[in-house]
Amino acid sequence: MSSHPRRRRGVLPGFNLALGFTLVYLGAIVLLPLCALVIRSAALTVQQFWDVVTAPRLMASYRLSFGASFIAAAINTVFGLLLAWVLTRYRFPGRRIVDALVDLPFALPTAVAGIALTALYSNNGWIGRYLEPLGIKVAYTPVGVLIALVFIGLPFVVRTVQPVLEDLERELEEAAATLGATPWQVFSRVIFPVLLPALTTGFTLAFARAIGEYGSVIFIAGNMPMVSEITPLIIVTKLEQYDYTGAAAVATVMLLVSFSLILAINALQSWNRRRYTRQD
Amino acid sequence: MSIAIDKITRRFGAHAAVDAVDLEVGSGELVALLGPSGSGKTTLLRIVAGLEHADSGRILLHGSDMTDVPVGERNVGFVFQHYALFRHLTVFENIAFGLRVRPRRNRPADAGIKRRVEELLLLVQLANYGERYPNQLSGGQRQRVALARALAVDPRVLLLDEPFGALDAQVRKELRVWLRALHHDVRVTSVFVTHDQDEALEIADRVVVMNQGRIEQVATPAELLAAPATPFVRQFLEGARSLAPA
Amino acid sequence: MESKTLHPAGLTADMTTIELMAEPLRAGGWLVSEAYAPPARRPRTRGAPPLVRRLLIASAVAYFALVVLTPLVAVFYEAFRKGAEFYLASLSEPDALAAVRLTLILALIAVPLNLVFGVAAAWAIAKFEFRGKSLLVSLIDLPFAVSPVIAGLIYVLMFGLQGWLGPWLSAHGIKVIFALPGLALATIFVTVPFVARELIPLMESQGKDEEEAALVLGASGWQTFRRVTLPNIKWGLVYGAILCNARAMGEFGAVSVVSGHIRGETNTMPLQVEILYNEYNFVAAFAVASLLALLALVTLVVKTIVEARTHEVSAR
Repeated sequence: MSSHPRRRRGVLPGFNLALGFTLVYLGAIVLLPLCALVIRSAALTVQQFWDVVTAPRLMASYRLSFGASFIAAAINTVFGLLLAWVLTRYRFPGRRIVDALVDLPFALPTAVAGIALTALYSNNGWIGRYLEPLGIKVAYTPVGVLIALVFIGLPFVVRTVQPVLEDLERELEEAAATLGATPWQVFSRVIFPVLLPALTTGFTLAFARAIGEYGSVIFIAGNMPMVSEITPLIIVTKLEQYDYTGAAAVATVMLLVSFSLILAINALQSWNRRRYTRQD
Repeated sequence: MSIAIDKITRRFGAHAAVDAVDLEVGSGELVALLGPSGSGKTTLLRIVAGLEHADSGRILLHGSDMTDVPVGERNVGFVFQHYALFRHLTVFENIAFGLRVRPRRNRPADAGIKRRVEELLLLVQLANYGERYPNQLSGGQRQRVALARALAVDPRVLLLDEPFGALDAQVRKELRVWLRALHHDVRVTSVFVTHDQDEALEIADRVVVMNQGRIEQVATPAELLAAPATPFVRQFLEGARSLAPA
Repeated sequence: MESKTLHPAGLTADMTTIELMAEPLRAGGWLVSEAYAPPARRPRTRGAPPLVRRLLIASAVAYFALVVLTPLVAVFYEAFRKGAEFYLASLSEPDALAAVRLTLILALIAVPLNLVFGVAAAWAIAKFEFRGKSLLVSLIDLPFAVSPVIAGLIYVLMFGLQGWLGPWLSAHGIKVIFALPGLALATIFVTVPFVARELIPLMESQGKDEEEAALVLGASGWQTFRRVTLPNIKWGLVYGAILCNARAMGEFGAVSVVSGHIRGETNTMPLQVEILYNEYNFVAAFAVASLLALLALVTLVVKTIVEARTHEVSAR
């Protein structure tokens, strides 16, 4: 009965209402404002746009934002794997507390993390005072940016790898062990390849989060142009100087990067799925 | 006629899941829809219940046209393959659900609901299980709760989708005998879907053999075994070992 | 089959997008454990030698303590540096109280709205088939991928004086930017995905059977939702709401851009922390920060309780 196309969706009620509300809400809160951003930066000619987004100060900020995000994600990939491994495989006092607190960087407001890290790593801070005699300055340098990004990125790797480790079949390891493999061989040849997609996903997530991060970084960074100024801060600076169009242009570049990372993460996810989806 | 299916067709894309099916089920009958998976039997059952809509054709229950009547107003009992018990409600409340959601003027008083539920618990042999939650029950017990819940609203017809599909072999056998006996007591017109030839032949008064959205043959178990109408029916029944209809 | 297809990241196979940005609080969490119980642990027969094992545990715990624990401890240490009296005095400053009030108001606006949105979106996405569904799911996740600064910027571009609607709004005496509406919009934006994210996989895993059963039994659409769907998703709702609330109260970048930092008026708690800190009023800054840290800890505790609770329910 083509006069009732709606019915093909089955008998549950409320589809039109629920979908309609969802679309209107998303459209008003998310889509329309994002369009405003892109349209705003379209006020520039291509040459102007290019000049704005490739200004030397911005280039320096890209290097810092992307470089520090990359290194932070890499550090967290190594130590996140270690933490996930220890949390799933071993029993030790305080394990449950560690497990619960791994999410703290996600739950702690970024401004709080920012001032706490600054206090720790400044010259007279708990950690900074031991680094200073060694000639290592953290607060108000690019290293400080790195520290903040390491903090916020940790849960992403741990929480992506942990379920995979829990899911890993013990028989696999035992089979390898009965074939004479050493524990290290079991890890590097049996476990690590299985973890690789999750590790890559965790890395990308931590990286994507770090690029956009603002609150935890600006306190510890010192924000010196060309040295320790991250890209999101430049958007804020332009805004404070009423350079709305310039801010929109830089934001558009960052949006493009975010979208590419979304695509990358989606591709990684389907890689995960293709390899490991269980057919029950 | 209790159920009259009149030229029902349902397509998914170009594929006709149910293809111009006609069928009548008499009052108090127990009919099996038998066929391989993908033969359209479950879709047909859901169309009778009102859970799916047909592209064309009519459904009549006790002589009145139900084609455009929403599922909740058809007064059918439906037993889902995976029970679909409300996991947050006790067995008692599961069975009482259909009575509790009635508009105030048709709703029995609490005492009446209690009496009815206890009656049904007795009927499905779960008298002491009222306070349990569904996941504290075995598969066979859940299936019986699902049946009691469907019967609680005094349905005009009872529809069962692979009622024993998710159970292991031993429990299946026991429940078959029990369902047959229950139907004998309750006498509500019932249609059940199955892909198991033995099950259909053992329980049903009549068996409807379906294939690719069409009916191949409608007959009593004895007739079916004696004279399969098409090569498909013969082949499909060859797997059946039990030759004794109930 | 009750079993559900999972892939290694512990997510359902049909989750296709950036939702993982929200994952940390969830991936080790309850949705996964509800659908899939990890195999019972057997005593290890083989594996790393005890010394190596101890070394691994020690270095993992050390890294955790350095990265996560020290900042947390530092917040409370710095807050109480000048004693409890100074701490309490810092918190009872009128500006601090105004910031607390504003933060609560923002959470009270953003959380209920995103709860309603989350339920509506999850109902449409989990219970029905329609074209463009995966695109819609990606859109819901989008705010996770966008820098918070950009989340603020877009509203300035819409409603600011130089923005699209700015001139019209100021002609009518309506303030959005540097006022409560702008703060609310920015907060809603960054918290849009939390509840929906939680409910979609949960409702997908529960299927439509129970709702259909209720409808066959004569329940109306509203009765079905109230008596069947809602009880089944209540822990998911609680879970989504706490995460949403934590982010709403703690958001910094997005609200910073639209706030204008007017003391006592448009300063939320995180912004108040910034202002005090930039004025070298460190102890007061950490005092306000300690409240937010407490909020984070409470969030993690409630989250752990909800997880335990759902384990219980699924084991019942």
